[in-house]
Amino acid sequence: MAGDAKTMNLRLHVWRQTSVKDEGRFEEYAAKGVSPGMSFLEMLDVVNEELITTGKQPLAFDHDCREGICGACGVMINGNAHGPQGATTTCQLHMRSFSDGDELWIEPWRARAFPVLRDLMVDRSAFDRIIAAGGYASVRTGSARDANEILIPKQNADSAMDAAACIGCAACVAACPNASAALFTAAKVTHLAELPQGQPERMRRVVRMVDQMDIEGFGHCTNHRECEAACPKQISVAVIAQMNRDYLRAKLIAPADNENAGSGG
Amino acid sequence: MELKSNAPTGPIETRWDRHRFGMKLVNPANKRKYKVIVVGTGLAGASAAATLAELGYNVDAFCYQDSPRRAHSIAAQGGINAAKNYQNDGDSIYRLFYDTVKGGDFRARESNVYRLAQISVQIIDQCVAQGVPFAREYSGLLDNRSFGGSQVSRTFYARGQTGQQLLLGAYQALEKMIDAGGVKMFPRREMLDLIVVDGRARGIVTRNMVDGTMEIHMADAVCLATGGYGNVFYLSTNAKGCNVTASWRAHRRGALFANPCYTQIHPTCIPVHGDYQSKLTLMSESLRNDGRVWVPKNKDDVGKKPGSIPEEDRDYYLERMYPSFGNLAPRDISSRGAKTVCDEGRGVGPGGLGVYLDFADAIKRVGKAKIAERYGNLFEMYEQITAENPYEVPMRIYPAVHYTMGGLWVDYNLQSTIPGLFVLGEANFSDHGANRLGASALMQGLADGYFVIPATIGNYLASEGGGKLYEKRPGVDHAEAIKVRDEVSARLDKLLHSKKPTRTPASFHRELGKLLWDNCGMGRTAKRLEAALARIPALRQEFWDTILVPGTGEELNQTLEHAGRVADFLEFAELLCKDALHREESCGGHFREEHQVEEGPEKGEAQRNDELFQYVAAWEWKGADAPQVLHKEALDFEHVKPSQRSYK
Amino acid sequence: MPRVLLLHQTSLGKKAIVAVTGVVMFGFLTGHMLGNLQVFRGPEALNHYAALLKATAPLLWGTRIVVLTSVIAHIYFSMMLAAQSGDARPTPYAKRENNTANLASMSMRLSGPTLGLFIVYHLLHLTLGFSPTGVHSETDVYANVMSSFSIWWLAAIYIVAQLMLGLHLFHGAWSFFQTLGLNHPRYNALRRYFAAGITLLIVGGNILIPSVILSGYRTQAQLDAETPAAPADDAPVEARNIVVE
Repeated sequence: MAGDAKTMNLRLHVWRQTSVKDEGRFEEYAAKGVSPGMSFLEMLDVVNEELITTGKQPLAFDHDCREGICGACGVMINGNAHGPQGATTTCQLHMRSFSDGDELWIEPWRARAFPVLRDLMVDRSAFDRIIAAGGYASVRTGSARDANEILIPKQNADSAMDAAACIGCAACVAACPNASAALFTAAKVTHLAELPQGQPERMRRVVRMVDQMDIEGFGHCTNHRECEAACPKQISVAVIAQMNRDYLRAKLIAPADNENAGSGG
Repeated sequence: MELKSNAPTGPIETRWDRHRFGMKLVNPANKRKYKVIVVGTGLAGASAAATLAELGYNVDAFCYQDSPRRAHSIAAQGGINAAKNYQNDGDSIYRLFYDTVKGGDFRARESNVYRLAQISVQIIDQCVAQGVPFAREYSGLLDNRSFGGSQVSRTFYARGQTGQQLLLGAYQALEKMIDAGGVKMFPRREMLDLIVVDGRARGIVTRNMVDGTMEIHMADAVCLATGGYGNVFYLSTNAKGCNVTASWRAHRRGALFANPCYTQIHPTCIPVHGDYQSKLTLMSESLRNDGRVWVPKNKDDVGKKPGSIPEEDRDYYLERMYPSFGNLAPRDISSRGAKTVCDEGRGVGPGGLGVYLDFADAIKRVGKAKIAERYGNLFEMYEQITAENPYEVPMRIYPAVHYTMGGLWVDYNLQSTIPGLFVLGEANFSDHGANRLGASALMQGLADGYFVIPATIGNYLASEGGGKLYEKRPGVDHAEAIKVRDEVSARLDKLLHSKKPTRTPASFHRELGKLLWDNCGMGRTAKRLEAALARIPALRQEFWDTILVPGTGEELNQTLEHAGRVADFLEFAELLCKDALHREESCGGHFREEHQVEEGPEKGEAQRNDELFQYVAAWEWKGADAPQVLHKEALDFEHVKPSQRSYK
Repeated sequence: MPRVLLLHQTSLGKKAIVAVTGVVMFGFLTGHMLGNLQVFRGPEALNHYAALLKATAPLLWGTRIVVLTSVIAHIYFSMMLAAQSGDARPTPYAKRENNTANLASMSMRLSGPTLGLFIVYHLLHLTLGFSPTGVHSETDVYANVMSSFSIWWLAAIYIVAQLMLGLHLFHGAWSFFQTLGLNHPRYNALRRYFAAGITLLIVGGNILIPSVILSGYRTQAQLDAETPAAPADDAPVEARNIVVE
């Protein structure tokens, strides 16, 4: 494999925190003999194996599919969400992005809405609650009409898919200077707003989801576009404009029963 | 024990309808009195939980991930089959049924498969209504592609992320019901045992993975939708967290485990590249629509740059061996083809474990732009991992464990041998026989969750216990529940305090995986299986003696979680090998080298033995010190007559 | 209650208010800049323009009220939003790298307050007449301007403030499209050009005034208008000579 021959040594500064209540601190570790073909998480695995065999607690981090789709993994690496490479989740980041002797600062996502559970793991259940507030198109199982009765222009289907590609990793919040969840929320709003199936609940949805986003304690969007740069699925901030437009429509123009539908969450 | 499949008889087209009509219904006003536990929130679990709650049942749903949206169904790339015949290319429910039975190498129940094919049509309607952004044509109609050895275009897809989009649809429906109060969601919970009271599944013991609390949850029925056991091989395309624990614990409590030896090896994965490797990455099978698979004809050429090997020195072995299906031959066949040429020393890349998947011809034919449109994200992913550009050099691929057809035995109602324990999706054994066709896993998961279980669980609840199961629901302080919980705690304690704590769970997992891959992988022989069976108990003993888990059980402890899963894999692996050893035939994902066609054009192909093995092998746990007992459910094929699967 | 008055309850509503008030100020700035450029047409033109504004009370006070309300709302809601964002990340990152955030976007919370202070100063200086020159005429706006901007440090304050305004506008004029949901894939790229263009225009126009006056350059109109009058006491003679040449 290209470039696998040489190995490197790295210095890691990793955030350690035993529980939500613990204050947390950085600790330093050496990652030795790292192969460029390793994924970032495999590098952490190697560090962890060594920690465990010396009786120490390994670094806790969320991960699951390790192919960039489940959205479980994600850490801040030298100030970049999911590391220095664009359009990549932490599990898909490979060590060839780094060089021998590099010093890496590895931190959990930081936001009030995402309490740190341990080391690099955070609680992202706020995202689930935002979806629960309205991120769906209601359909009773078994009651749907034939799929091809709903014609959807390819362009709409494609832009819905662009937005729906969100994996809920929360890199957008992590990268945002304001810890805003606008990109995540807007991606779901836009996915459903682009499709005819999403229309009936469109106004209610955007109001409720935005309300929930506020309740969770996220910051607000000031259009730095850091979220877009960090997003492993390259979701565009155009979705945020879409959400804002829908929101203002719902608040100012849409029939009144939609207006307060979200109050109380 | 007699295995009653409860599968209806009579005309196959109306079996499901007649069966449904024959089932008892729960009075709408009574539904809210029942509580149902759903473990796992993949396609099967999330769709079941959402639908059951929508019907009015109280649902407690559990997943080990931090959010139900992350279950591994999300990683399915290619698509979902449905007999819509939108392309008018000759598809029908019967054809999908036929293809699935044949693709499963005649080891599945006809009734189940027919129902699956019927429901496939409704699934697409349901998912489109939910807003799943399936690919469309310019006309606005749904697009289809041909997939995984099928000669009709019946696969619906959403770019390379079909599983993700279907799961998000089910997840959103689930979140809606969570908001409405119908579902109580318990994320970051791992089911560590099943509670059986008076012969009925009544609850589960879970560990809160954040703070280590042991919890008891009681209900009127339990649904396991906990996925497959592919991670017993350590390296697989499964997510790191996928495990057999829930199924295995249920097995130990009395649920029969069926056909564990049916494991699917997916032909198009990125080859292993180092010892540190933690998982294998699948490249969608759809790549085989345009990519051509080859290896050098001569062993001496394997080290050469692929571009420098002239056309006449390349062996497009799938096209050569299977002229009518070529590169689209089914998964088991393609995988074995790769193994064969690599065994001959013609494999490429590190360790000679790889074959080329070449897009040069396709790029020449339709242009780079078109290829990028079809597979752009996959090519990027490949380059990300290997640092090689597949537009310029052929991809290297190798088979990897991907899916497991075996699972807990269930009847037509998806009920296991423990009354009240239902098993859905990949966790059950039911619909794919010995081999699953591409784009059928998503179909089965959603069929089970959206359409089958809501009907059959009602029948169970309405007919058991005089229709008043809820009145007799044991509390969390029931003696049996406490006993099970204490057993689980004791087991965790053992993991935390072994005699000579020196080896990590990962090191055991890796060793077990390699043992199974070498001896119970793509090609199996009695000799190697016996060797594995001899080694596993020793490895298990070593595990319990030397397992090293730092920290305590009362905190977030990922090493402890892993250790618990490996412990169950070490028990399960033995059953897997035992089943493989007992099945003296080759069928689907189970290939016994002793049983190949010896003569004629099909030489080297899998040789089934219908006379002796046309049955489901369901194993009963008899205690840790006694061997499991085999029960057989005979399979009848009234409609699709068993034949040699030929893809020549 | 009219729904628009309930907007401020949520973050998106607050943002919309900030955006709309920003647009109002932005419109005002454009007019203000164009009006002030009258200075290059000589004292008569500028003073006449000023007198006209003052004579049209509804226009003057209407504008003042709208602008003042906008300024106050803009500042108030920006501060609330900033506080919300401050709360949203109690523990900062030890290391942090920006990829797309630029000087303009990152300095909004610096350029904003700076501009606020500057506006106060600007009002004190040229509207209320607390001029560092010690001379202020209610009617001769031209003289006020000319005398002030001949002082290098006073001109410098204005120029620096305009650069701050440039930063604020460059991000704000792009940002409000996003915040108000004005986007379309075909025209999205134009929004940046628009923001850059309009910023250059307003800031350029505004900077022109102090910098040209400080440099001593006079347009023909100014010279024509100034010839009969006595030259400003402190204007250096040689500076004029250079220009006349």
